[in-house]
Amino acid sequence: MALAVSLPPARVPGRRALRIGPVSLVWRPRVALVGLAGVAVLVLGLALNVGIGEVRISVPDVLITLLGGGDPGQRFIVVGLRLPRSLTGALVGAALAGAGAITQAIVRNPLASPDVIGFTAGASAAAVFVIVLGAGFGSVGFTASVVGLPLAALIGGLLSAFAIYALAWRKGVQGFRLVLVGIGINAMLIAVVEWLLVIAQVTDAARAYTWINGSLNGRGWEHVVPVAVALAVLVPAALVLAHVLGALQLSDDSARGLGIPVDKARTLLLLTAVGLCSVATASAGPLAFVALVAPQIAQRAVGAARPPITISLIFGAALTVIADLLARTAFGAELPVGIVTAVIGAPYLLYLIARQGRRTRA
Amino acid sequence: MTLDPTVRPDVTTQDTVRLRAEGVRLGYGDRLVVDGLDLDVVEGTVTAVIGPNGCGKSTLLRALGRLLRPRGGQVLLDGRRIDSVPTKEVAKVLGLLPQSPSAPEGLTVADLVARGRHPHQAWYRQWSADDEAAVLQAMEWTGIADLADRPVDELSGGQRQRAWISMALAQGTDLLLLDEPTTFLDLAHQVEVLELVARLNVEFGRTVVMVLHDLNLAARYAERLVTMKDGRIVAQGAPAEVMTEEMLADVFGLAARVIPDPVAGTPLVVPIGSRVT
Repeated sequence: MALAVSLPPARVPGRRALRIGPVSLVWRPRVALVGLAGVAVLVLGLALNVGIGEVRISVPDVLITLLGGGDPGQRFIVVGLRLPRSLTGALVGAALAGAGAITQAIVRNPLASPDVIGFTAGASAAAVFVIVLGAGFGSVGFTASVVGLPLAALIGGLLSAFAIYALAWRKGVQGFRLVLVGIGINAMLIAVVEWLLVIAQVTDAARAYTWINGSLNGRGWEHVVPVAVALAVLVPAALVLAHVLGALQLSDDSARGLGIPVDKARTLLLLTAVGLCSVATASAGPLAFVALVAPQIAQRAVGAARPPITISLIFGAALTVIADLLARTAFGAELPVGIVTAVIGAPYLLYLIARQGRRTRA
Repeated sequence: MTLDPTVRPDVTTQDTVRLRAEGVRLGYGDRLVVDGLDLDVVEGTVTAVIGPNGCGKSTLLRALGRLLRPRGGQVLLDGRRIDSVPTKEVAKVLGLLPQSPSAPEGLTVADLVARGRHPHQAWYRQWSADDEAAVLQAMEWTGIADLADRPVDELSGGQRQRAWISMALAQGTDLLLLDEPTTFLDLAHQVEVLELVARLNVEFGRTVVMVLHDLNLAARYAERLVTMKDGRIVAQGAPAEVMTEEMLADVFGLAARVIPDPVAGTPLVVPIGSRVT
């Protein structure tokens, strides 16, 4: 069979075909354009963020070094010392936004983000538990922070997601019910974290506290690797599974009628989302609102009816890196990045709740 | 007239039964809506299910479309238990339009209709030439081609309903289950939709089961009427046999005259009411 790329004129408006052999997709120029713009912003943000420090390095120099040039000294500073921090930020942001795009789409509600309905809070509680108790065993501390934290966060995220799903279940899952149960569980888990901080040693509590605010301070390659591995496994899975999202986003009945095993598809997608946001949380703490906001901005940017996963990944990465840049430069003292994302995200959350409240009454 | 639901003199052994309900018991929560119901849907027919509100007709349709699992009995699609066939395989044969479906904000008509192609797609095959042809055809049939790039939530009720029917048609199945396909439509659009159903049946051999509220349109466009009351089938057969004054009084509690439709000759229900001058 000839592998010819054919781009016939769109016969169905807005759905131009891109067909290569057995592969066929809808070609949406706006999505490609927005994606490229997002990548450009991300790269620029990364370069700016890497350039900041005791030795200032200009954006072109950073880019040249990243592409393999530059002198050894600069290489050491850029690749060895500074890149891991920004890269952790980008990967964590991408993972959170990807998780948010998935949960928002399957629950059909933008409020159903992992950071609003308690998935990341579950991961946080478990991770703080490890920080507080792991340190109590002295030598276990280091192992716990590299292997134990991501694992504990993953288990915590899964447990909270399971609890929320089970409590919200009533012959299927209704979006708003899941959101309300999730907000409740979220509050409970935050209380658990507070309690752990109270009973912890002062030094552990301080360490846990910085972490809870979502910090990229002192992140090295050991923090990059777990998130990168998780993304490498979970993003392809999400993209394949996401094929059903379009149909799943109608009603459950419509989706079943279109041949989707609704409960199975939703469970697999939720597990993927929990995996993404838990590992991200383990690496950088619960970065507030990235999972809520990035997919929503991405959706509006491409003019789609649901959060687009790929664009959300890019936007989440860019948003986090820029927030880190602001956190380090805009306020005199260096703040945890999570405080900046919270300042950006909280008003948006209020706006969403107000809007949905109106719609529920209407 | 066949008021005995078990006697089906019009079903002969040559007829192919596409969809069969055998002693199905259906319900939600603690409530049993349908208790032991049998129904045969014969290939190439248009069947309308009628009955008063809450009689279980939508519930029955949901069970026929494997949206609701029976608590007892079984539903057979082409002789196989419908829940033993992979749901995607079922979706290639049987399309359905649920009652009052909802679309997310901002979804365009073209994108909605294209959702109907899901059973024929995979993650790497999302918009084949077949998909495109089927979507174009479906939009043309329902007369919504010029609305293709409009968001569904901005359409009028009638346009929206036609977009949803279009989605079910794009699925390309020869069995169609339509739950109140004419709600929200003015009379002209109701007739338009039912003419489309008739055309799909006559020209393309589609088998259709639909829940309808309008008795006169049901009698006009269905060759079989299934009348339900309190979760049971109380009468089924050709409209002329089923649509009688006794049945209307018994099933709907409606005093009415039934006269021949001056256009088609099918039964026409004329309610008696009290405001007659």
